[in-house]
Amino acid sequence: MTKRITLASSLLISLSLSAPAFARDYISIVGSSTVYPFATVVAERFGKVSNFNTPKIEATGSGGGLKLFCSGVGVDTPDITNSSRRIKYSEYSQCLENGVTNIVEVLIGFDGIAVANSIESDQYVLTTKDLYLALAKQVPNPDGSETLVENPYLTWSQINPELPANKIEVLGPPPTSGTRDAFVELAMDGGCKQIPFIKALEKQERKAVCHTMREDGAYVEAGENDNLIVQKLVANPNALGIFGFSFLEQNDDLVQSSIIDGYEAEFDTIADGDYSISRPLYFYAKAQHIGTVPGIKEYLTEFTSEQAWGEDGYLADKGMIPLDEETRESAGELARSLAPLKMTDSE
Amino acid sequence: MTEPTESTNKVAPRKDSTSIVKKTLAKRYAAEKRFRFYGAAAIAMSLAFLVLLLGSILVKGLPAFVETHMLIDVTLDSKTLGVEEGATQQQLKAANYHSLIKKSMRGMFPEVKKRKAKKELYKLVSTSAEYKVRDQLMANPSQLGETISVWVLADDELSSFYKTGALADRSKLTHTRLSEQQIAWASTLEEQGKLRKKFNTTFFKNGDSREPEQAGIRAALMGSILTLLITFLLSFPIAVATAIYLEEFAPQNRWTDLIEVNINNLAAVPSIVFGLLGLAVFINFFELPRSAPVVGGIVLSLMTLPTIIIASRAALKAVPPSIREAGRGLGASQLQVVTHHVLPLAMPGILTGTIIGLAQALGETAPLLMIGMVAFIVDIPTSVTDAATVLPVQVFLWADSPERAFLEKTSAAILVLLVFLIVMNAAAVFLRKHFERRW
Repeated sequence: MTKRITLASSLLISLSLSAPAFARDYISIVGSSTVYPFATVVAERFGKVSNFNTPKIEATGSGGGLKLFCSGVGVDTPDITNSSRRIKYSEYSQCLENGVTNIVEVLIGFDGIAVANSIESDQYVLTTKDLYLALAKQVPNPDGSETLVENPYLTWSQINPELPANKIEVLGPPPTSGTRDAFVELAMDGGCKQIPFIKALEKQERKAVCHTMREDGAYVEAGENDNLIVQKLVANPNALGIFGFSFLEQNDDLVQSSIIDGYEAEFDTIADGDYSISRPLYFYAKAQHIGTVPGIKEYLTEFTSEQAWGEDGYLADKGMIPLDEETRESAGELARSLAPLKMTDSE
Repeated sequence: MTEPTESTNKVAPRKDSTSIVKKTLAKRYAAEKRFRFYGAAAIAMSLAFLVLLLGSILVKGLPAFVETHMLIDVTLDSKTLGVEEGATQQQLKAANYHSLIKKSMRGMFPEVKKRKAKKELYKLVSTSAEYKVRDQLMANPSQLGETISVWVLADDELSSFYKTGALADRSKLTHTRLSEQQIAWASTLEEQGKLRKKFNTTFFKNGDSREPEQAGIRAALMGSILTLLITFLLSFPIAVATAIYLEEFAPQNRWTDLIEVNINNLAAVPSIVFGLLGLAVFINFFELPRSAPVVGGIVLSLMTLPTIIIASRAALKAVPPSIREAGRGLGASQLQVVTHHVLPLAMPGILTGTIIGLAQALGETAPLLMIGMVAFIVDIPTSVTDAATVLPVQVFLWADSPERAFLEKTSAAILVLLVFLIVMNAAAVFLRKHFERRW
């Protein structure tokens, strides 16, 4: 009996190893875990409505996705990669080097990052500068001299007398998360640059000051799982949490957004660009695969259709902030015409 | 052992030894009692944790096995659908069912006029209603123009609310995202008998979905079965052959020692390393498809091989040498001794080792991350080269989803995983009984 199984399995190995690259009859998508919840909705619908198979989507992170995407042309490489930032020139040239010359860039919408607390306590009214002062490792000396000291603030009222006298306790994602990158880039950096003498620093030095979070327990790395942060906020009404807008929307009976620079994280304020902590979402399609892998063009059409990414579309229901009508029209046009991306070093 | 008696002899005269025993007796009994108590306490504690774990999973997961259906009347009028009488299947498939469902929701509550209120109303019904009506019409194209009543899935928010019984008693659920207006509509539907709870068959029929009420475990379950099948087919024969050779045939020398050390080491290598190996060798070099159970199975069998080899060797070692000697004495060859006598006797132990190895493989996610099996899979995989995911990955993906109804799906998926494990272990017990031979 054992012999027969050995024979069968060795046959199986040799069979699978000798086979050439498999033809693929579904779209393979990789990339950002921020875009993942939106791309999956489109993919699912696309699979149900069209005659094509449902695309397969992996959440590899923006950088990991672009690396896979740019690794070459052929059915063993992904057709589409999602990204919560624009492709970098270095990645673009990597793509070109590996023969991926025809990339279609599609700007799909925005994602907001919410700073929120339990609905049981009062809403916070903050500025990005407050956030920087509360969460950075090094802050300007409170005595007014233009020097940097280890963050001395323990309560919010020490930063701004109008804020409550609660202990500073912020739950947020760890450094491996894209949400953390975006928060640092938009909120911390934004607040930091409002201090003139830091703004005047060398770029590298400034980055070190603005981008380093404090490690004395005021900022708690609560893991990648945003649901967990929401649960912890409910259990601890004094704490603030940092997570994606879609989680705020799904839990708006438990947590409330803080007001940042005068605006609450809401659908409209993010769409209008008033709410400062938001980032663009993209996906990149490999036009060279059209014809080899069925359905890519139709997937682009579905994603850029008004019922998907429009103001009343199903992506908006899932918490993606749509582009304004004009941008939507031009971005959709660009996507459907499969215009290849051209990038120069300066971008 | 001998030392205490010597010292007793030296220190105490003989007649006193009973009194010394008596003196220490109570102390020794107490020590034994204490030890037994610690043992029992350890077991009680682990049992308590097990009950706590299973209890919380059961409490959270059981609601997921119930789904809420809603009865809607749909008029299949060709104008809204945008198809003519005698339309082809293709035309029927592409028709506008979205508006059709919206229209029938408005038909149930004609007083709703405002745009915002209408939007809230549409949110009560699952998007899967469109597909259900579509499939029905495609099966009976002659129904075009008629009005049909269909039970469709309710949206996850309504379903979570309704399942707890909060409609009758609001105190049962303190937090809900449903508005007062939506709850009022739900009450009306309930009064008209248009809401009902049913056993959740969707959960076992569907693949993953971003809508909690449509999400199912089928794709992940099939993925796990296919992956484990490959793992078993590869690792079992290779491991048993290795174990037999090393135990029964190989000479004892430096080479076999080296191999043995390496096998033991491999058993302790972190599983992600096997994932990296799978990515570099099977996907990049041999160009096997990404996300496929075949690659997952190969990677996991590399991981489980050492476990099975070690268990199989122990089982072979446990067969008494007299069996081998008797066999050889009767003129059997070395191979005949092994295949006719030693292997069947060792089989129960080998099977237990295999099941332990496979159970470990069943719960593994880290190596699968590298080979692309952590993915959103809607279509049910049917062959080992289809894109697939596995049960623990499904648990992970659902735990990370923003919609709150996925919380119960997560626990339900864990329950399915546990049942899978129990079935596997039961199979092991059955096979062990079947193979067991007495001598």
